[in-house]
Amino acid sequence: MAAYADTLLIFLVLSNFFLLGSSWLTVYIRLVSIQGVILCLLTFVFHKGDIGFHTITLAAGNGLLKGLVFPLLLMRAVRAVHIKREIEPLVSYGTSIVIGTLSFCISMWLGAGLPLPIPVVSSLVVPVTLFTILTGLFLIVSRNKAITQVIGYLIMENGIYVFGTAFTLDAPLFVELGILLDIFVGIGIMGIIMNHISREFDSLNVSKLSDLRDWTS
Amino acid sequence: MIQFFHILFAITFAPLLIGVINKTKALFAGRRGPPLLQTYFDILKLLRKGAVYSETTTALFKLGPIVGLAVTVVALAVLPFASSKPLLTFQGDILLLAYLLGLARFFTVIAALDTGSSLEGMGASREVQFSTIAEVALLIGLAALARKCGSASLFDIFSAISGQAWQQSGALLGLVGATLLIVYLTENARIPIDDPNTHLELTMIHEVMVLDHSGPDLAMISYASALKLWIFGTLLINLLVPIHGLRFLPAHVVFLIGMIGLAVIVGVIESCMARLKLLQVPDLLLGAVGLSTLAFFISAR
Repeated sequence: MAAYADTLLIFLVLSNFFLLGSSWLTVYIRLVSIQGVILCLLTFVFHKGDIGFHTITLAAGNGLLKGLVFPLLLMRAVRAVHIKREIEPLVSYGTSIVIGTLSFCISMWLGAGLPLPIPVVSSLVVPVTLFTILTGLFLIVSRNKAITQVIGYLIMENGIYVFGTAFTLDAPLFVELGILLDIFVGIGIMGIIMNHISREFDSLNVSKLSDLRDWTS
Repeated sequence: MIQFFHILFAITFAPLLIGVINKTKALFAGRRGPPLLQTYFDILKLLRKGAVYSETTTALFKLGPIVGLAVTVVALAVLPFASSKPLLTFQGDILLLAYLLGLARFFTVIAALDTGSSLEGMGASREVQFSTIAEVALLIGLAALARKCGSASLFDIFSAISGQAWQQSGALLGLVGATLLIVYLTENARIPIDDPNTHLELTMIHEVMVLDHSGPDLAMISYASALKLWIFGTLLINLLVPIHGLRFLPAHVVFLIGMIGLAVIVGVIESCMARLKLLQVPDLLLGAVGLSTLAFFISAR
């Protein structure tokens, strides 16, 4: 089981590297979808002993929402706002990958230093979750388009989710499902907001949002 | 004795790989393509010709191809393949291999700069820029293998890799394999990093540096680049197709089939992909560095 968990976690890391190095929004969205499927599988791998109602609901909810519904919503939003690429990010793609590599090293170091209260399936869990959270945060601060920032937020949540499922074996189902519902609503609202922004203004570039005025004199 | 046979084996079959790549590309394009042995013919033809030297060049220009070929042949001596011992093996020979190839590249670059042509200077600059990053990826990848197998000698590393090792830590070996493939394509100036056939000055990288060489010098350069293809291919095949316990002849046949398979894969990659934009090449190489770093940390556990 540890080998499966390791492989899945490594795929998660690879998808994060891809996110840092790519400029196409459709690629971002596909990667979000892939991460959703990885999370679904990871839920089963972590809870191998007790695959019951709890695990199946959680895994299916994650797989469906993050693997299918969110990508579809995001794809619709991308089509509606007519943006294909993240052009001119604040940090270039090459530098992003270097920063990603560095933050992976930092996460490995932090993960090795954190004493764990309970044994986990794989020693990669903590570093990979930290790295995923850092990647999400980095995408939020380094990319200009509102839609990429939404994706960064989703990636960050993926990291938190893996951390949660790996450690809290008996976390209440309703708490986790509640969080999932929150993101669902969040993504929906963000899609609507982006639609409105693009209808009212020319650009989805968040750095231009501070220039907004009621009129130009 | 058998170690010398290895070097001869490599020297004999290395130019064949280029023929296989070109044949694959021709088949994809629906052409008949040059014969498989074309590289041998080219080298023989060039050896019979005389060389032309520009007046601005110095002895360095003549030295470049000679050192390049000699150093590449020496690099063959530390390279194990088909799970038999190389001529030279000691702790740390991974560094020797990496920097012998670095030395060969240094002399190619120096010879290119020696011509005083701005075009060759541009090619040299690009070559050095990309190989700087590729070298980091290669060394971290090899370091990951060394840490996993507990030895800094190529022979020990590749003896430790077996089907069982792939089952235990397939993810690590897969990551290193991906890194080595990118380094293989970069170092040998193949698509998607560089196009070996292009003679358009805006996009040339490696081919620029050898434009001024002619006759026997050019023959030595093509031979050295064929051997380089063989060396990086050997690293990949040793990793991907661990051959242990086979007798002498079958092991070599399996190995050669592996190398030809790799050449076919390169031909398929070249037929299916376009060359990357020059500005995107560092991103790809940095991605390779990321992969190898990941492998290194996994091996550390």
